[in-house]
Amino acid sequence: MAEAAKKPLPVVDFLKVPDGGDPYLEGQKCKQCGAVYLGERAHCSKCGARDSMQATRLSNRGSLYVFSIVHRSFPGVEVPYISAVVDLEGGGTLKGNLIGVEANPEKIELGMPVDVVFKDALGRKDREGNSYVSYFFQPRAK
Amino acid sequence: MSDVYVVGVDMTKFQKAGSTRSVSELGARAALMALDDAGLKIQQMEALYCGNLYQASGMVGQRVLQEIGQTGIPVVNVANACATGATAFREGWMAIKAGVYDVVLAVGVEVMGKGLLGGGGGGGGIPKEGLLGSATMPAVFAEAGMEHARKYGTTFEQFAKVSVKNHHHSTMNPKAMYQIETPLEMVMNAEMIAYPNTKLMCSVNVDGAASAVLCSERKLKELGLGKRAVRVRASAMASDPWQERDLVMPDVNTCTRLAAKRAYEMAGCSPEDINLVELHDCFATAELLHYENLGLCKDGEAGRMIDTGEVALGGRVPVNVSGGLLSKGHPLGATGIANIYEVCTHLRGEAGKRQVPNARFGMTHVIGLGSACAIHILEKAN
Repeated sequence: MAEAAKKPLPVVDFLKVPDGGDPYLEGQKCKQCGAVYLGERAHCSKCGARDSMQATRLSNRGSLYVFSIVHRSFPGVEVPYISAVVDLEGGGTLKGNLIGVEANPEKIELGMPVDVVFKDALGRKDREGNSYVSYFFQPRAK
Repeated sequence: MSDVYVVGVDMTKFQKAGSTRSVSELGARAALMALDDAGLKIQQMEALYCGNLYQASGMVGQRVLQEIGQTGIPVVNVANACATGATAFREGWMAIKAGVYDVVLAVGVEVMGKGLLGGGGGGGGIPKEGLLGSATMPAVFAEAGMEHARKYGTTFEQFAKVSVKNHHHSTMNPKAMYQIETPLEMVMNAEMIAYPNTKLMCSVNVDGAASAVLCSERKLKELGLGKRAVRVRASAMASDPWQERDLVMPDVNTCTRLAAKRAYEMAGCSPEDINLVELHDCFATAELLHYENLGLCKDGEAGRMIDTGEVALGGRVPVNVSGGLLSKGHPLGATGIANIYEVCTHLRGEAGKRQVPNARFGMTHVIGLGSACAIHILEKAN
């Protein structure tokens, strides 16, 4: 049963929600070659090193690499939304929704600085009624 | 090692998704067409390589034989995303190259569902589509196109011109799903699916099958099939090498470049020798990338290629004269062999109104996300 006071769950396993602290993204970095991954893994597919991963806190700052504005999606998914690929400062690339900007290609600048922000997952709940916290990108205030 | 030849090849007319009785019936139809094209019987085939994606665990190759002749030959069922059909063809090529068999059959077949591909979710928790961006195919390939736009300033209009060209080509191909002209305004003003891909810039979900009979040089001479034969000059594949963004952004470029390099080396020819190309235009945004990936032009010149008509029928190197996946249709597991059918038809000089004149070398390219790229270079045999 849903419990009103229950802490929201992270939407993906590389989003960490510490007790009493701010959420953050955690990557896995190869100790041999420095490649950065999202999510738990054992080996490095860039250099082939085994058992070489080390958890690393990812930056909340990045820049917009590319985007698409999605107008047709699956039933129940509100459109339009901006699907964005963001390169994080210090390594790691992430896909997510870009918010806080009009869904108009002329208003979205490739390469623009963005911040990673953490908010409720658009009201989506799982079968048990749990709420989730997700990450989003928004243009950095100038 | 023996050269390998295509001696029979054909495809069904691609039709609206859901219009087919069964995948085995559709695959059987293409197999019989290819056998008839070669003038051979199922009893002469030494092995079958069958490509199908959506029923990958369903023994589709055996079911095809259950329709047309259960001769007891080995059957290999292949699934490799959108490279499925080309991979099945290549397995047959390899077996002949290795000297294991002299004549084999390859079939690619798909019965498709409707609607968006990709982004269906899976995993626990809550649905991620529209929350963590988009994993739908139109958006994924839109983003790949935007990467080109970011580097070279490629425009929405240039991407749209790809659809204008391919739809125009398919008006001359009776086996294509569509035979309609789509002027630029119509393409650009069609329903936006995932910017910059409008509905007319997305490949069509269709049911379809294609098949090829491959044989060794020895068998070619024995059967006297040299007249319409097509020589396989190169069969190359690649998987996706590590790229820094590939966890979130499938890289169709590096994978294609790697396979293309291998193919040109194997064929001992260069991009300038290629007279026509059937490449993987699953979305209009994808086609432009592959002009550069396949070496048809230098990096950054793809926009010019579409603007000047160099890639249209009558141009320097016509691309997707069949109509491509955008207009001929894209039955995933069949596409790789349907491309081979198109190129062979031109090399044989049998392509009718859409014939590329004096075609000697042709290239086929498919890429399945995940990723698998398969490239074939085919040559007129006489």
